[in-house]
Amino acid sequence: MADTTETTAPTTTAMRELDPDARPRAVRRPRGILVPLWLGYVFLYLPILVVVIMSFNDSENLFVWRGFSLRWYPELFADEKIMQGLVNTLIVATGATAIATVLGTLLAYGIHHFTRGGLIRAFAIAPAILPDLLLGIGLLTFFSLLSFSLGLQSVILAHAVFATAFVTAIVLARMANLDPSLEEASRDLGAGPVRTFVRITLPQLAPGIVAGALLAFTLSIDEFVIAFFTTAPTQPTLPIVIYSMVRFGVTPEVNALATLLLLVSIVTVIAAQRLTRLTGSDR
Amino acid sequence: MTSTLQREAPVPFLAPGVLFLIVFMAIPVGLLAFYTFFTRGRFGGIVFDFTLDNWAKLFEPLYLGVIMQSIGMALVVTVLALLLGYPMAYGIAGLSPKWRTVALVAIVLPFWTNFLIRTYAWILLLNNAGWVNQWLQGLGLVDEPISMLYTPQAIIVGLLYMYLPLMVLPLYASLQQLDPSLREAATNLGATPWRAFRTVTLPLSIPGALTGCIFVFVPAMSNFVIPELIGGGKTIMVGNLVRDQFFEARDWPFGATLALVLTILLVIVILVQNAVSRRLTEGPRRG
Repeated sequence: MADTTETTAPTTTAMRELDPDARPRAVRRPRGILVPLWLGYVFLYLPILVVVIMSFNDSENLFVWRGFSLRWYPELFADEKIMQGLVNTLIVATGATAIATVLGTLLAYGIHHFTRGGLIRAFAIAPAILPDLLLGIGLLTFFSLLSFSLGLQSVILAHAVFATAFVTAIVLARMANLDPSLEEASRDLGAGPVRTFVRITLPQLAPGIVAGALLAFTLSIDEFVIAFFTTAPTQPTLPIVIYSMVRFGVTPEVNALATLLLLVSIVTVIAAQRLTRLTGSDR
Repeated sequence: MTSTLQREAPVPFLAPGVLFLIVFMAIPVGLLAFYTFFTRGRFGGIVFDFTLDNWAKLFEPLYLGVIMQSIGMALVVTVLALLLGYPMAYGIAGLSPKWRTVALVAIVLPFWTNFLIRTYAWILLLNNAGWVNQWLQGLGLVDEPISMLYTPQAIIVGLLYMYLPLMVLPLYASLQQLDPSLREAATNLGATPWRAFRTVTLPLSIPGALTGCIFVFVPAMSNFVIPELIGGGKTIMVGNLVRDQFFEARDWPFGATLALVLTILLVIVILVQNAVSRRLTEGPRRG
């Protein structure tokens, strides 16, 4: 963030010298401009807040507050279904992210350098835009035609499809900001395309790749629809476990689970912020 | 354009990903398209008897009604998201860089919280015994609990909640990219803030708004979890129909047809959006 302020500072100073009135005039904003933003945040966070508060409720009843208690947290960890779902989800997300990060990075590099029309680019980004429902039933049909047995392996492949699209998109965006002269210099000095890619491009792309991988991982953890169609009933991912709980009767454990997942997201988001800043700032 | 890199073989970079996506995206989707012309198997799957029945069935009032209703719901959600999301994005774009990051993280954070849990949270809020009714009664605004859960309005609120961040982010991106000097120039030349907004900011933010609309409309249209869990399955959307064809009615070819029609509709919407944004961005240069 610091560099942003540095880059804007000289222009503002220059402007002030030219016209002392310019700065205050440009910066002045109508009163109440932030009211919709605050209302939006209330809308976004009220439901989450209720769930978090209720995770500390000492009652089986989801709608009655009876006092503070931490009892749902140990019960959550004792719940084998939820824990198995969590393990399954982590396996799927790791596998899908690994595949997608490699494929997406290569695709982005290839698209940036070797394609002129948008065809391959559109094809690579398509899974991010296609309805998850279509991908889900398409893969279900495909796997069942091949008699490929459904389970975590099929969900990993299915998740890798849309995850690849997101990694490609993010790395492509990062590529667009790269200075092509560095690669050209490397080539002019005699490095081959692979060496240039590994030594020059990859390090520059690192923040984009990390961001893409994190996004892929998080999306996979959260993904329900495609997993719903492509897994076996015996190997549900966490979202599928939550779905059946919500459908057939919620216990307050879900609140505790939600709170912990929220905590994980907060940590991940902050870590991602830090990471991209760290890897981005030293060049 | 004519850099040395261009002459290298693209195969090692492009082939793995393209191949992967052909096998696990293009072929499965193509397979679905193929299935729409055949007869259902008794327990799911397919029998290879050619038929056009699946496509004809779409025009039965029941199914046509569901499709129209889904479009209507998704449109309402999109418009609401735009109305709420625009001022939010505008507010964020005007913050100092430090607060901008915080505000953006706060927009993204709910989105990174499990989708089903966010859906479930609305059950806690909207249930007859739920928190909103308790607050309303506590404030003496109503005597009897209002039925909110399992209504079409609840689905709209749920979908809006789910996809609002997807509207705010592209809007913010386009608003933030705007060269502030343009607006400053307008203000310095004597335009009122409102006029500067209307003539400078608003037109330039339309591509971002269109992207946001697509980001909201597309998933809202095919969502089946929110209609089922918050809508109680009473208001059926296309997604629910597709799901039911696969898991309950066991009519895979018709399910495939519905999903394909849904996709075709969405692709048309996206193409229109692309064409419009392209004209918007290229227009001034040509004229």
